[in-house]
Amino acid sequence: MVEVIVSPAQARYLVVQGRVLFSIIPLLGIACFAYIMAKRVAPLLQSAPDFRFDQISIRLTRSLKYWLGQWRQPRYLLAGVLHIILFAGFVTLSVRSVSLVALGINDSLVVPGFSGGVGHFYNLIKDYAATLVFLCVMIAAIRRGVIKPARYAVPARYGKDHTSEAILVLGLIAILIASESAFEASRAAIQMQLGQPAETLAPLSLAWMMRNALVSTPRPWLQNLHLDSYLIHELTFFAFLCFLPMGKHFHVITSLFNVYFAKLRRGTVKPVRWGVGDDQLDQVKSFGVKKFEDFTWKHMLDFYSCADCGRCSDQCPANAVGRPLSPRFITIKARDYSFRHYPLFGKPRESEPLIGGIYSEDEIWSCTTCGACEEECPLMMEYIDKIVDLRRGMIDEGNVPQSLQKPLKSLESRGNPYGKQEKKKAEWTKNKDFQQMCNVKVLDGKNSAKTLYFVDSITSYDDRMQSIGRATARILSAAGEDFGILGPAEKDSGNEVRRFGEEMLFQSLRDHNADAIKASRVQRIVTADPHAYNALKNDYKGLPPVEHISQLIAREVKAGKIKLNRVESNEAVYTYHDPCYLGRHNQVYDDPRGVLDAIPGLKRVEMSRCRDRSFCCGGGGLMLFYEPQEEQRMGVLRANMAAEAGANVIVTACPFCMVNIEDGIKVAGLEEKMTVIDLAELVDKHIVSESPASA
Amino acid sequence: MEILVCARRVPDTSENEIQLNSAGNDIERDDLVYSVNEWDNYAVEEAIQIVDRLGGNVTVVTVGNEDDEEILRREMAMGAKHGVLISDEAFDGSDGRGLATILAAFVKKGKYDLVLTGVQAEAGEAQVGGMLAAMLDYPFASLVNSIEAFDGKLKVSREIEGGNREMNEIDLPCVLSIQTGINEPRYVGIRGIRQVASVEIPSYGASDLSLDASAVGEAAAKVKRVDYFVPPMAKGAEMLQGDREEIASKVIELIKAKGGLK
Repeated sequence: MVEVIVSPAQARYLVVQGRVLFSIIPLLGIACFAYIMAKRVAPLLQSAPDFRFDQISIRLTRSLKYWLGQWRQPRYLLAGVLHIILFAGFVTLSVRSVSLVALGINDSLVVPGFSGGVGHFYNLIKDYAATLVFLCVMIAAIRRGVIKPARYAVPARYGKDHTSEAILVLGLIAILIASESAFEASRAAIQMQLGQPAETLAPLSLAWMMRNALVSTPRPWLQNLHLDSYLIHELTFFAFLCFLPMGKHFHVITSLFNVYFAKLRRGTVKPVRWGVGDDQLDQVKSFGVKKFEDFTWKHMLDFYSCADCGRCSDQCPANAVGRPLSPRFITIKARDYSFRHYPLFGKPRESEPLIGGIYSEDEIWSCTTCGACEEECPLMMEYIDKIVDLRRGMIDEGNVPQSLQKPLKSLESRGNPYGKQEKKKAEWTKNKDFQQMCNVKVLDGKNSAKTLYFVDSITSYDDRMQSIGRATARILSAAGEDFGILGPAEKDSGNEVRRFGEEMLFQSLRDHNADAIKASRVQRIVTADPHAYNALKNDYKGLPPVEHISQLIAREVKAGKIKLNRVESNEAVYTYHDPCYLGRHNQVYDDPRGVLDAIPGLKRVEMSRCRDRSFCCGGGGLMLFYEPQEEQRMGVLRANMAAEAGANVIVTACPFCMVNIEDGIKVAGLEEKMTVIDLAELVDKHIVSESPASA
Repeated sequence: MEILVCARRVPDTSENEIQLNSAGNDIERDDLVYSVNEWDNYAVEEAIQIVDRLGGNVTVVTVGNEDDEEILRREMAMGAKHGVLISDEAFDGSDGRGLATILAAFVKKGKYDLVLTGVQAEAGEAQVGGMLAAMLDYPFASLVNSIEAFDGKLKVSREIEGGNREMNEIDLPCVLSIQTGINEPRYVGIRGIRQVASVEIPSYGASDLSLDASAVGEAAAKVKRVDYFVPPMAKGAEMLQGDREEIASKVIELIKAKGGLK
């Protein structure tokens, strides 16, 4: 067979031989790309350490699921499906891109393993992949350019609109696909004209359609199209490669690493400095993140990897109520800072303080650490650890809102944020009616018990929340638990103390409680406060197993130890509000729902934002003291969501949710139509008492 | 500028339930937690901010005993360079004048451009600042809520009736009593205090300050506390009944009746 088509390698482009030109372009392109990447890696070399080289098999499995499998993408269905197709197309076409580059150097270079039958099959697949990517690019361009979903908008205070960058990249991808198809189609058209056996083009693919359109085009034109489309593809390909690290499309390169190195342990907070034990912290000169270089390399990688999709901020309750926080821009501002301070040309610029620079104090204090952003991010980026690190930096400088200083001081001197006396910690048990039914032991060395009920500050001291404490104690009695409380020896669990960045205070609370718990010799711990649950389970070490009361109730209901009466009212429609520290941070979603469904006759509906998309009530612990700038309260939005779902009773399982939702109901003007009750209180009301007195 | 701040350790009213003891001559002191007197904390913050702008050092002094070192360390963790404890059994039971006498003796030993006190202490009588200035023959401004330095003088504003401000120029050296709200004091955590835990805190007694022991202490006190009592509960508050509009109109009537509305 006589080859009548001149290939790019054999052709002459003006005065240059194709194979020379197409050896130089990749060399220049790769050199340029390597230079840019070296500049991008520079700040990572100045960063704080981060230990992410463990648990290889778990990390690989998660990479398969979240990176290759794009697990979180369909949570936003249209965008997610488009992205999955684009991603699969990119992965498929990467082989073609490499082989095309090789073809320019030598016609016979083939990617290993892609000769023969595999190659022909691959060619069919990649034609369809290219066609699908092309279609997705068109739809994506219409979404970005015409429909403009709200979550892509850039509020004025965060800078300029990002649409042009998105459209530019979509354009580059379209050019890549079109030129590759034209390259294929023009050759196939010539082969058809000559009656030669041609590489089969996948029917109905872009290349196939182009060939059909070109089949009667004069041969010299086709030859030129063949060579020009190759040149365009080659130039666009390397331009695209070098453009990737300039903005949000950096994720094309970094996403695999970002997902592989993602945080594995939910509900935890990173140490002040990786590799420095708690007992050596006094030697650490500066705490937390004050300048960009204080971030860990993984956190910097997060900044690079952000695809600017806006899902975090779309889910963020602080953003929803108009607090000055949008997680997306925590990242974008840091990325832009990095690009500015580590420029492609010239020396790195002097670093500037982040607070008062790219971030404001209120922005960083606005976060409730609910975790909605992290749950949503398709690239598994972390926000809470960064927020906590920035807060640690502010605490270290003494830069703490006045509203938080009193509770912090009280936590230091009294072990609770309210400044209440330790000796009054067990007063909630002294209620007369309650004492007749249930005598709560204080595990002070004289008394012992199998189970510790860890009450925590708000339930111990707040008049309203003490009722949750008493309900919990009655449930424990009804379930036949041998239990007690620490009483005055119990200090605040410190969940928010750590998350507000006061690490040393947290550690002193933790050490005190851990000693008291160990001294009590209990075999397990139960709490009705998800914040205490999270701290004891994830932040403390070496404690007996910890359970939330909802888990215990669910188990005892199943075992038949707790029996529940029928609901009294048929009017009541219940909905369950997932507390962040029970749901998202600890994955307890089903037990509380199971308990509700075990109450005969109980009607339950779900809010549209439930389970791992639950909407934070406003935040617990120290967040109750902070005075945020906001347009409305999260609790108000949440109460309205319950009303929209058709519920008139919100059941929660956290005293802080109770505070915020109770307030939210009042402010929303729903007092007549909506109530809120704690799961423990609800169960306590319905429990079948087996004592003869009340039988 | 060398600044001296006089500070005091007091029972924290937000973290204690203050009750009289059974004898009725003091408050119940078991199970109290203490902190820096709030006004003094603002004074220290202000001193640190002035020094940050103009250079110099902040020294914090307190009259008390070893337990009071705790607040000196807290203020040093904030940024005060030195902490000084003035402690002597002879000082026990001093009245406001006695305290001012002790502090004046200490001020004379050093060389301070500016002496700050809090307007008052939670357990005190708001006497020391003014008396200290008189004993030193320094100019004095009370209730200061902003300080600006220029040409070796200070421009200070004082809080006057109705939240208004009065601007004054005052020569140095001088004594100022600082009002809360003049700034936002920085936070001090356990970590900050630990970092200054091993700093030596000098202690001065009566002889170090060349003080005549008979001029201070309980014997010299001319103001003596004779009793504490809880004022009798006044008639209970009147709870207005009715719906929102009824309550509002009743409130208006009541205010009118008392001459609050015309």
